[in-house]
Formats: sequence, structure tokens, C-alpha cells
Amino acid sequence: MSSATATLGVPAADTPPSGESLRERFGGIVESIAIPLGALLVAMGLFGLFMFVIGKDPLQVYRLIYKGGFSSAFAWQNTLQRGAPLILTALCVALPAQAGLIIIGGEGALVLGALAAAVTGHALDGSATLVVQIGMALAGMVAGGLWIALAGGLRQYRGVNETISSLLLTYIAIAVFNQLVEGPLRDPASLNKPSTMPIGDANMIGSIPGLDVHWGLVYGIVFCVLSYGLVRFTTPGFAVRVVGGNVRAARLVGLPVGALVLGACFLGGAAAGLAGMVEVAAVHGTANASLIAGYGYAGILVAFIARHNALAIVPVAILLGGINASGGMLQRHLDLPDATVLVLQGIAFMTILASETLYGRWQGRGH
Amino acid sequence: MRPVESAVVAGTAPGVEMLGITKRFGSFTALDDVTLRVAPGSFHALLGENGAGKSTLVKCLVGYHPPEAGQIVVEGREREIRSPHDAHALGIGMVYQHFTLVPSMTVAENLVMARDDVPAVVNWRAERARLAGFLRTVPFQVRLDAPASTLSAGEKQKVEILKLLYLKRRFMILDEPTSVLTPQEADEVLGMLRDMARAGHITVLIITHKFREVMAFADRVSVLRRGRLVGAGAVADLSPDEMAEMMIGTRAEAPAMRETSRREPGEVRLAIRSLRVHDDAGLPAVEVESIEIRGGEIFGIAGVSGNGQRELIEALVGQRARVSGEVRVHGEPFGARRREMARHRVFALPEEPLRNACVPSLSVAENMALRGFDRRPLARGGVVRWRAVFAQARARVTEYQVKTRSPRSPIRTLSGGNVQRAVLARELSEPVSVLIVANPVFGLDFAAVAAIHERILAARDSGAAVLLVSEDLDELLELADRIAVMFDGRIVHETPKAAADLGEIGRCMAGHVG
Repeated sequence: MSSATATLGVPAADTPPSGESLRERFGGIVESIAIPLGALLVAMGLFGLFMFVIGKDPLQVYRLIYKGGFSSAFAWQNTLQRGAPLILTALCVALPAQAGLIIIGGEGALVLGALAAAVTGHALDGSATLVVQIGMALAGMVAGGLWIALAGGLRQYRGVNETISSLLLTYIAIAVFNQLVEGPLRDPASLNKPSTMPIGDANMIGSIPGLDVHWGLVYGIVFCVLSYGLVRFTTPGFAVRVVGGNVRAARLVGLPVGALVLGACFLGGAAAGLAGMVEVAAVHGTANASLIAGYGYAGILVAFIARHNALAIVPVAILLGGINASGGMLQRHLDLPDATVLVLQGIAFMTILASETLYGRWQGRGH
Repeated sequence: MRPVESAVVAGTAPGVEMLGITKRFGSFTALDDVTLRVAPGSFHALLGENGAGKSTLVKCLVGYHPPEAGQIVVEGREREIRSPHDAHALGIGMVYQHFTLVPSMTVAENLVMARDDVPAVVNWRAERARLAGFLRTVPFQVRLDAPASTLSAGEKQKVEILKLLYLKRRFMILDEPTSVLTPQEADEVLGMLRDMARAGHITVLIITHKFREVMAFADRVSVLRRGRLVGAGAVADLSPDEMAEMMIGTRAEAPAMRETSRREPGEVRLAIRSLRVHDDAGLPAVEVESIEIRGGEIFGIAGVSGNGQRELIEALVGQRARVSGEVRVHGEPFGARRREMARHRVFALPEEPLRNACVPSLSVAENMALRGFDRRPLARGGVVRWRAVFAQARARVTEYQVKTRSPRSPIRTLSGGNVQRAVLARELSEPVSVLIVANPVFGLDFAAVAAIHERILAARDSGAAVLLVSEDLDELLELADRIAVMFDGRIVHETPKAAADLGEIGRCMAGHVG
């Protein structure tokens, strides 16, 4: 039968390329959109229930979240402003995840990146603006990258669980940051709020023309697009995915597993370090405790919702930025505390993690 | 030894007869009309190669696989054993190769927990008193309050045996109980079991590969080969030679050996010197002094599993660190780096291909590209050319008859034989200088086996040096040009196939060297 069909130009029965159904071809994509979306809806439902229990009208809460995050140009600018750092800190989870590591220490990389950028910016003050800005970005990325690479190295060479170590390294990073900012690196002029020496207004990276959103958003989007291309289309990116999928197979074909793991961790940490640099160079002008704002932790949620896909990170980060932006609105209108949106984030994280078990049910499997 | 006194242990050791047992898994007959008679109070050894059916037979007895045909007679009455629970009720218990103690719990807690009827609230004072009383009746001592994790391997094994006594299971099946013990610990544990059996308190059925233990402790032996009972008798009447012959057969009925390589072997392609490798626990697993394999020959390594073969292969292909020693390919040091593999054209077919050679979540096409994805034609300037990857996959799927719905399907959705074919396609499509193979057909059907063997022979005939590790002696006899035996991490025997003495190979596999 196969020879007869083959002469008609139809491939042999054993290996029919056309035998692959739409389900198999696109099932994975449909799932990776539908499942996180469903999980978010469930989270919204549970959050509404929580609001109802504490005596608020859930519908009004939803309306206010929409209003505060997405209803006007002003709301959108606020949303984008808050989403920008999340894009970069999410990459700090998503890139090591390609190599099979669950890194949750983006906050530490952000903090140290910010400190390195602030110190570099002050040291280079007086050089050409572009030189100072590039210097700050590089310093931030290297500092953040080395920090996460440290967690990767502990895992690779000493068998320390990278999830735990990266979390604990965050506490160390914050302590070191505070020690230096309140001690040797403190600007004597910063009285109430210990800060490093300002980088100088001329060296700030400023806003995207026509918007009240700083350039950090663009940095994040560019970093995501480059990361996506790296993972999807380059040989090192493929090698990292092999390591993440099965280390034994990676070793069998001679891949340098240690270098690939460290590289993925370094790039992830560099993204979070760059987020710290943006906080310094676009928002605060100096490194101080204000930039320890939980962006690193929110990035974990973004990366998991985006299933570690670098392109999906951008819309998810903006969505989460919008939810954060609406916190003030909830506070003013419903007299809810600031932490309310954190409750929503926490519920969303749990539903996203729980939904992980649902993958693969819709895709055609086996024979 | 203390005298065995009381009522707990005392009681009669049961006898068991398994008559005409047949067990099939699909089309595969694991046991074919096997009869095993274990007399009360005897110490009975069950011998056989890997896959001979020993484990299946005892699993029929403890109720994991009820047999298709045959009778089981316990203490003179025919019984139906449908589940482990039935077996326990008849006093049949099993000690497994690996320990089943909860490491963080004390010995006392482990013992009480093992009971079927643990009360919701345990009165520990009463239980401890009862345990202490029970301990006085057994011929050895353990510390009841020691956490299991602090015990040595020998002590853990004793607690496992103690557990069976405590649960009143007087027909004890032990599945290679000494594989994790030192020889001294093994002698102590087996000696203790023998004494209890001689005293008529228990009956012991032990699965083992080691002739030394059979000769020293057992009084009767039954030998299985390929699912059939091929011999039984009193140990006193048998020599290791006779047992080895029963175990691996005279091979009069064995499949025709393939012609060995027609060409003279070429130059040395793979050389291993003084290689030392540790196992996962950090203990020495491989101590190989010298292996040299020339182009155009297949060097086979036989041995019972667990004698360092896995660690040797892993060390050669880069999955395990080497402690010392050197590996050379084409005379140059070989560290299993990607560049070295590509330059010297070193390829591998490891056992369990889905675990060792594939990324289960990636597609068939991506898995087929694992060797070449960073070279032309699959990549250019550091960028993977997916079009070329898929074109290559389609060609290989056709050539190697890999049954997959599409090159895009995740490779974990393929059957075992097709996973192995996909790996073959990747490892054997390019010219091969050195091929490292381990148990390549384990668990595959007949057609897949033949196809895979043909490919390995074709690689040899095109001049590759092939290292073939197999637990299946027939596979080695069929394919290899030279055969070595690995025992306890060492190469203890080496022979050209033409001069192979099966008795000698069998003895060496069982550690009876000399």
C-alpha cells in the first residue's frame, strides 16, 4: 500500500508528515496560552471571593483595577513604568530556567546591579553622557550576572539547591547593599535617607520621547527579543535547552554543561542587574533603599506566567505592572491597604503553579 | 552463637513447592513450566543470569505477579497467592536488594511500623518491652534506639531479616541480599540465616550470582536459564564448573555466532589505562588496568550487572568524572569533550536511550541534531538552520524506519524501539571511528534487536572500534570478536571469541576466578 501511495506522491504510511494533526502541531501553543490565562481567571475569582469576605464588592474591585491600570493614557504610562523593571527581573528567572535551574534571586542581582551602576555613574561623572550610561549599564549587568552565576556555580560544582541559595543570596545582597549605602558609600548630604553619591542629572537616561515612561521599558523589550533569539535560533541557545532538558544527554554529546549553566545564569543576572541600573539611572538618580521594592520577586511570577518564554514576558509584565499601578486606586477608593495587590499576586502565583500539572492533556500523545 | 530458645522464633519452618509455573508478559514467556521445591528448613539458592527469570519466579511466590499456570503448595496445601497480602498471611516474606527502612526512624519504629495492624496511638513502652522480649529470642542483637541511618549496611540487612522474623514470616526470600555488603558482612548475615535454617526455624530461598556463597552456605540449588529450570540438586554434589555450565548453558542451542571480523584489526583506536572511577556513593566502582580496541573489531564486556560496567561506560562518554587513569583515542588523550568527539568521530549507544541519550521534551528532529547542531550543514555562524535540521530528520526517519507521527513530536512519545532507532540514526549516520555501546537492545522486540545488531556490525565492518558492554552473554557471543569479563570493577578474564570457554566465562562472571 505504501508503495502505491508513494508513487502518487503521497508519503509512505510509516512517516506521514501530514499525519500530524493541528492538535499536535499547535496544541502546545494553545495550551501555553490558555492554561496561564485560565489560572489567572481563577486567581481573579479567588481574589474576588476574598474581597467579598472582607466586605468589599468584588466587581467594583475589578473595575478599579482596570481603571487604575489600563483605562487612560495616564494609567497606561503608570502601568508601563511599573512593568518595565519586571520585564528584566523576569528574565532573571526565565533564562536560567532554560538550563533547568529555578532561580528566584533576581532581587539580589537587581540591588547589587543598582549599587554597581550608581558607583560607576558617580566615578565616571564628567565623561561623555553616553560613556557614563554605557559604563553604568555594563557595571550593573556584570554585578548582577556574577551574583546569579554564583548561585549557578554553587549548584553546578557543589550541589547546592539553586532555588534556596539564590533566595538566601538575596538577603546577603540586600545586607551588603545597606551596609555600603549607610557606611562607606554614603553621600554625607543624604541625611534622612542614606544614599550613594548622585550620578548627576546629566547622566540620567530620561524618558521615551512623547511618553512619561523611561527608557528602561525599551531596554527590557530589547533584552527580551535578544534573549528569545538567542534561545530559539543560536547554537549556544539550543545547547542550553539540551542541558535544561537532560543533563545526561548533554554530557553524552560532549556539551560543556558547567559553562552553559553559568552562562545562562550570568545572562539572567545581567538582566536583573540592568533593571537595577535603570532604577538608579532613570528613577532615583542614586542607590538607596527605595529601589528594594520587590521587583525581583514580582519577576518570578511574571516568568512563571510567561512559561519562561522571553517574548511572552513583555505582555505579562505589563499586565502585572497594571495590577500594581491600581494599588493606589484601591487604597483611595475602597480604603484597602497597599498590600491588597500583593494578595492578588500571591493567589495568582499559587494558581499558576497548580496549573503546571495540566500541560500535555490536550496535545496528542503517543500512538 | 546464643541458643535460640523461645516461642517467637520457634515454630516450624514452612516448605514451599512451585509446580509447573508459567508466566508471560505479552508475547514474552518469562517462565516456562518451572518447578521449584524448597524443603522446610533448607537454605536453597536460585541461580541464573540476568533475565533468566529468577526475580519473576519469586515475585510469583510473593504475589506481585500471579502466574498464568501452575500450582503453589505451601506446607503441603495448595494455595492461591493473588497479592503480597496473601503471601504474608502464609508466612512468606522477602528481603529486597535495597533497604526498605525509613532512615530517620529508629529500629524499633521501623519494626512496629512494618506491622499490618499498627494502632492509631502506639503505646511505645509496651511495644518496646515486647520488642526487647522478642530480641532475646533471636540469635543476634541490634540497637533498638539507633536511627536506621546510623546503621552499617550489614546491620541494616540484619534489621530487614529481623523485620521478617518479627512479622512471623518464616519463609524468607532474599534477592541478592549481599550485593551491598562487604564479604565479611555477607558471611555473617548468611551464616546467621543458615544456622536459623538448620535449627528448623526458617526456610531460606536466596537469589544470587555468587558461586562462593552458594558453595559456602546453601544446601540445595536450582538453576534457571531463559525462563526454564535447567538444573537442580544438592550443592554437595555439584562443582562450580557444573553450575556455571547449567547457568549459561553449553550453547549448543545458542544462536549461530556471527562471523568475526574478516579483516585484520587495524590500529588501536581506543585505549584505556589504569582507569579508576567511583560510583554514586563515592566508592571505587571501576579499576580497569588496560583495554585496547582496534579498528574493525568489537570488544565485548560480559558481567553480571552492578560490577562497574555502567560506571565504566559513563566515564568513557563523559557522564561521570574519572578519578584517575587515562583514555586515549587515536593515541591522543580523550576527555569526552565535544570537540574531541567530533574530531575523533566517537559515538555512543548508551543503555536506556531515553534517559541517557535523548532530551525527552524536545522533538525527534532536535534530538537527531544533538551531534551536529553546531556544525555545517545544520548551523552557520552560530545560528541553527531549523530547515536543515528538519530536512535531516525526515531523511533519517525514513532511512532508519523510525515510527513517529512527525519529526516535531516530542521524542518521549515514541516507543522504546523507535527511540533507540532515532538514537542509532543520530550516532551512526556519520562515519564512525569509535563506538561505545551498552545493552543496546534491552527490552526491545525481536525485529528491533536484529536491526540494531546489523547496524553495529556494519559500523565494525566499516572500520570502527566498538566497545560493547552487555548483560546478555548471547548478544556478546553473537557480535563480539573478543570477550572480556568484568567482576567487581575489574577485567578478570579476556579471550578471543574463537577460544572462548563458556565455563570459564561463567565462573568469572560469578566471581570464581582462578
